[in-house]
Amino acid sequence: MKAFSDIRVASLLALALLVAGGFALPEWALFLMTIGLAKALVSLGIVVQMRAGLVSFGQGLFFCIGAYVAGLMANFAGLTDIFVLTGIAVIACLAVGGLFGPLLANYRGIFFAMLSLSLSMILYGVLSKMNSLGGTDGLNVAAPTFAGYAPEGRALSLSLYLYTSFIVVAIGAVLRTGFDSQHGLVSLAVRSNELRVEYLGASVRRTNAINYVISAMLGGIGGVITGLAIGHVDPEYAYWTTSGEFVFVAILAGYLSIPAVFVASIILELVRSFSNLYFPNTWQMVLGVFLLVIILTLPNGLGSLFHRKREGGS
Amino acid sequence: MSTSNPTGTPALETKGLMKSFGAVTAAHDITVSVPERAVWSLIGTNGAGKTTFVNMVTGYLHPDQGSILFQGRDITSLGPREVTRAGICRSFQIPQLCSELTVLENVLVALAIADPKPPSFFRKARESAAEDRAMEILKRFRIEEHRGRLMSELSAGVRKLLDIAMSMCGHPKVMLLDEPTSGVAAEEKFPIMDLVMEALAAENVTTLFVEHDMDIVTRYSDRVLAFYDGRIIADDAPDEVLNDPQVQRYVTGTAPAEASS
Repeated sequence: MKAFSDIRVASLLALALLVAGGFALPEWALFLMTIGLAKALVSLGIVVQMRAGLVSFGQGLFFCIGAYVAGLMANFAGLTDIFVLTGIAVIACLAVGGLFGPLLANYRGIFFAMLSLSLSMILYGVLSKMNSLGGTDGLNVAAPTFAGYAPEGRALSLSLYLYTSFIVVAIGAVLRTGFDSQHGLVSLAVRSNELRVEYLGASVRRTNAINYVISAMLGGIGGVITGLAIGHVDPEYAYWTTSGEFVFVAILAGYLSIPAVFVASIILELVRSFSNLYFPNTWQMVLGVFLLVIILTLPNGLGSLFHRKREGGS
Repeated sequence: MSTSNPTGTPALETKGLMKSFGAVTAAHDITVSVPERAVWSLIGTNGAGKTTFVNMVTGYLHPDQGSILFQGRDITSLGPREVTRAGICRSFQIPQLCSELTVLENVLVALAIADPKPPSFFRKARESAAEDRAMEILKRFRIEEHRGRLMSELSAGVRKLLDIAMSMCGHPKVMLLDEPTSGVAAEEKFPIMDLVMEALAAENVTTLFVEHDMDIVTRYSDRVLAFYDGRIIADDAPDEVLNDPQVQRYVTGTAPAEASS
């Protein structure tokens, strides 16, 4: 019970901090935070899989599906309600994740990474060739409404940020519960020793398939929010470099801590924004040096700074 | 070669198991019938086919021919997970532990998996009932003081005990121990076997263990299967098997000079 109340307290504190920050931050920072938090959800999906020893190089698949749900629903069905769009994105990603998860769960290491990447690149190729969906130019996405409330200007940025904050905190709490659950512990066991897990009577494939589906949902939610925040979606959402950024954040954060993923994602957005401003042609190099320093100094990622070592547990 | 079981359905039966790896025959017509609650040991030199037999019974390898029956049910085609779920567990010559988890967490994993329901996303792994149960198991094997340690911090003996303790979480009906005392300090061997055999006897587990130490074989097993070149060359009480000239010649190396020439 104590752990659950710890999660509740931490979640309420995080939400209070994010909400307070929302009213204090300028509009550009609200946008940056919204994007950083939304993309962190996608990276969190990779972290879910990393806990069982897998790294997906194709999270762009679900990020793109989520974003295109927002674009297509707005353009072809006139749907702009963010709650409905998020729900549809989750269902779409559940369906696709549920279809491919059991297949990909048969593979490990580089084979899993490349197969997941190939799926996202297939989507990239299909979207790029479909002129009815905007081709390589993509689609503009209408501003979201919030259960009938249609804000504009700063109110829109603030509403989207607050919605993202709520989603991020809720998902963080659920995932923390999941990481501490039986499934979460079995995932860590799979990471350490698959043979042992099978000889204890659990299915490694099932564990990996469940994690893939969870990561699909997270990718979809991140995609729908990002699409709505930017107001435009295009096939680049599924491109391998986009997936690479999510892997970058997951490695930067490590698999030990959920808050670390959000911190890492916001750091990436900050480094990208300011490096792009001051070193427009070499900002990727800045990112590379940053990642190198983290890997050398914190091999388990930023999360090892947040991680609490407990007696008899990690 | 076969053994009869007058008391009813054997706990474990194998019929004519054959297994080859290329030109090497690792198992040739292995037929055994192990009664409930028996404690049998498997002896033989390296490469004699003992571990191949264990691997076939536990689903890691599938025999080229023959069948494996557990309490009368054919389990020949099942994999390790299904065999474990059916009630046959094993430990390993090199303990298979989760190196990134603590001793307590290793047992918690085993308990979570042993639950009839699949591991839940919403049920805490470290709830107090599970932790209490895990501590009970660690105390039974007298390794509770190591609960917070990682595998790299454990002695070979503690790793062996933890490996077996994890297998016991599933309440097996049959347990196969692959060299439970290999790599363990000489003075730890008997205390470890005492603990393990006591725990297995308390749950009426039918036990087969692979062993090279004949003192342990004679002390703990009520029947011995001697393997040589993928075949069972002797199957009897420990004293009978260890005095068998073929076993002395091919397994224990204790045959008189004239017999071995």
